[in-house]
Amino acid sequence: MVLKIFFPQCCNKADSGLLVGHWLPGQDSAVVLAVIHYPFIPGQVKQYIHQIRGQSGVDLAVLGSWSMPKEGQEGMESFLRELRTIFPQGRWLQLSREMGKIGFTSGGEGKTKEEKTGEEGDKVIFVHYEQRKVMLSQLHPTDPPVPLTQSTSELRQVFGTVSQSESLFFLDKYDDSPVKLTHWQSEGREGSIIVELMKQASTPVCLLTAWILVLWTSLCNSRSVCLGRVLEPSETLKANIFMSFLLDVTLGLLLIYWLYRENRVGQLANALLPAADRVAKELEELLQWLMGAPAGLKMNRALDQVLGRFFLYHIHLWISYIHLMSPFIEMILWYVGLSACLGLTFALSLLSDIIALLTFHIYCFYVYGARLYCLKVYGLTSLWRLFRGRKWNVLRQRVDSCSYDMDQLFIGTLLFTILLFLLPTTALYYLVFTLLRMVVVMVQGVLQLTVDFINSFPLFALGLRVFRSYTLAEGVKFSVLCEEPGTPLHLMMDINPLKFSSVVQTYRTATYSCYPKDSWLALCKKLFLGELIYPWRHKTTKID
Amino acid sequence: MQNGEHFGMEDETYTDIDGKAISLECQSHSGFCREFTVSSAKVSISRVMVYTCAVWMTAYIIFFFTELLLFQNTAVLSSAIIITLVGMMIHIHFVKVDHETLLVIGSLGVQVSSSYASGRESTDFIEMDKIKDIVINEAIHMQRVIYYLCILLKDPSDPSGVSSVVPLFQSSKPRLNCLVKVYRSCQEILAKC
Repeated sequence: MVLKIFFPQCCNKADSGLLVGHWLPGQDSAVVLAVIHYPFIPGQVKQYIHQIRGQSGVDLAVLGSWSMPKEGQEGMESFLRELRTIFPQGRWLQLSREMGKIGFTSGGEGKTKEEKTGEEGDKVIFVHYEQRKVMLSQLHPTDPPVPLTQSTSELRQVFGTVSQSESLFFLDKYDDSPVKLTHWQSEGREGSIIVELMKQASTPVCLLTAWILVLWTSLCNSRSVCLGRVLEPSETLKANIFMSFLLDVTLGLLLIYWLYRENRVGQLANALLPAADRVAKELEELLQWLMGAPAGLKMNRALDQVLGRFFLYHIHLWISYIHLMSPFIEMILWYVGLSACLGLTFALSLLSDIIALLTFHIYCFYVYGARLYCLKVYGLTSLWRLFRGRKWNVLRQRVDSCSYDMDQLFIGTLLFTILLFLLPTTALYYLVFTLLRMVVVMVQGVLQLTVDFINSFPLFALGLRVFRSYTLAEGVKFSVLCEEPGTPLHLMMDINPLKFSSVVQTYRTATYSCYPKDSWLALCKKLFLGELIYPWRHKTTKID
Repeated sequence: MQNGEHFGMEDETYTDIDGKAISLECQSHSGFCREFTVSSAKVSISRVMVYTCAVWMTAYIIFFFTELLLFQNTAVLSSAIIITLVGMMIHIHFVKVDHETLLVIGSLGVQVSSSYASGRESTDFIEMDKIKDIVINEAIHMQRVIYYLCILLKDPSDPSGVSSVVPLFQSSKPRLNCLVKVYRSCQEILAKC
């Protein structure tokens, strides 16, 4: 079997010492987390590891020895070999690297019985990883957290091990402690806190708040180190909602600025009345057209006149109503415009409601036309059954045959004929008003979709993906580092960030929106039968 | 350890299923790590010129027509230029694949990556636990039967079943001789681990 050693890049240049890490259960691999330097007391090392094991829950152990001999450090090899007896393990790694060479060699690992020699170097793979990035990243799809002891995929175990071993990274080789470690913090130590602050300045607002808290607690412990944290998925969601809200309010304020700058509200209000008048006039013309011979069709004169006059009277009422409201419109619009400071979505929803109010007469006409048509179709189907000698059985919910009297048949046939010949007129009115209603519904629908989009767009997650692409990981990618003959294979493990489409899909906030539940076929059927269509129905509301 | 071998300039030239020449490069980094790169033909200048000239000729014709009829509208010309540029950028960034790489690391996994003409790389890594086998499959594509190399993934619920198939070298579509070479190499590694 091939032995895989996950080695952090920061320890490439570490001084000789002991390797601390975790053997992955079920796989032939080890994750190296840190290197403990000389001088150390073995008892203290064991105690420290035991303490960290309890804190982090990761089964840490001393994996082996690491030797990078500098000048004047001869005899290190024999010393390292003797260490093996102090830390009795099943497997012991002996990694060594010479200055100026890039490859490592590993040797002397194995059970106590046999000592494998250099050709064993062919069966080892070193996978280098960047510790800080792996610690902060989150593998997607994020499964519910499983303990490391269960068998998950190898990469998940590696990521899990590194991110759970945060408590190991508190102590450093520059600290005054009995145990001196090298890990990813070691390289950040030299940099000033200004640099660290500037690195974090690319984070959006809410992460900055969280980081300030961490900095505060770490300042209280008198150390100037910035520990990153792995973001839980729920935190990302909350951050998304917060950012969406901020974006919303910003856009709303922009809208207010634009609206109120040149008294556009007044202009809008002044334009509204003539627009409503024009719409009413257009409707009147449409009705006159219908009352005549629309598209060359010949309508039933009497019914035509009745319906046409009925609708014309309605329009007249509507226009009077609008004229009554006209002095108050500007005031209303002014206050409504102010409400945009609560967010652009608020203003858009209000706009959608205003449109609904202004086109109320169209909605009324649609309902009248639909009801009339529905009644007609209903009557027609029932009388058609009578025509054929059948009847609808309400109890059994099916069509039964029935014998009618002569009078019933006669009147039924008469009524059927009347309804049938009046059908084109009613159908035409129904068609026209349904189309108008559909136009209004579509406009409202577009507004609703925009509101939905603004609310559900995951701005924070996208920001993370752009600025810190390693936090959202879809997987890993390997590249082969240049190899020297005689050394085992070295691979570099980079984080493969999530694609933008996956980010949007995973982190979309669910919105409480009401989408039409009918399919297109059901919709057409309802239209044909004349049933009323309610596009914005929630599941809990009853349909009357 | 052999490092790089270029195939395609010697007696065995590889072509894809449409007859265009491609090249295969096998690199063996270690006993159990091998990398295969299949490169397709680069973007040809003649095709780009033909396409650009066609679009601009059409734009000029429309321009002259509108000039004759109604008014001079330079928007047609500028929109033609913009469309050409945007179209070319989209093509080299999203459509045109320069080379595809298959990196097989024994007992770790298989990495599949496509590199586009603009330099963008899209990579996917599949762990060895999930891989059942790498096989050559047949497929019926329009009026012909083609061969393609694919990775069979294990089904977690059914140990002997296959949950999905990941096809390799989709854009370059090499022919059977090239696929057999890659297949034999992969099977050597998979057999060892």
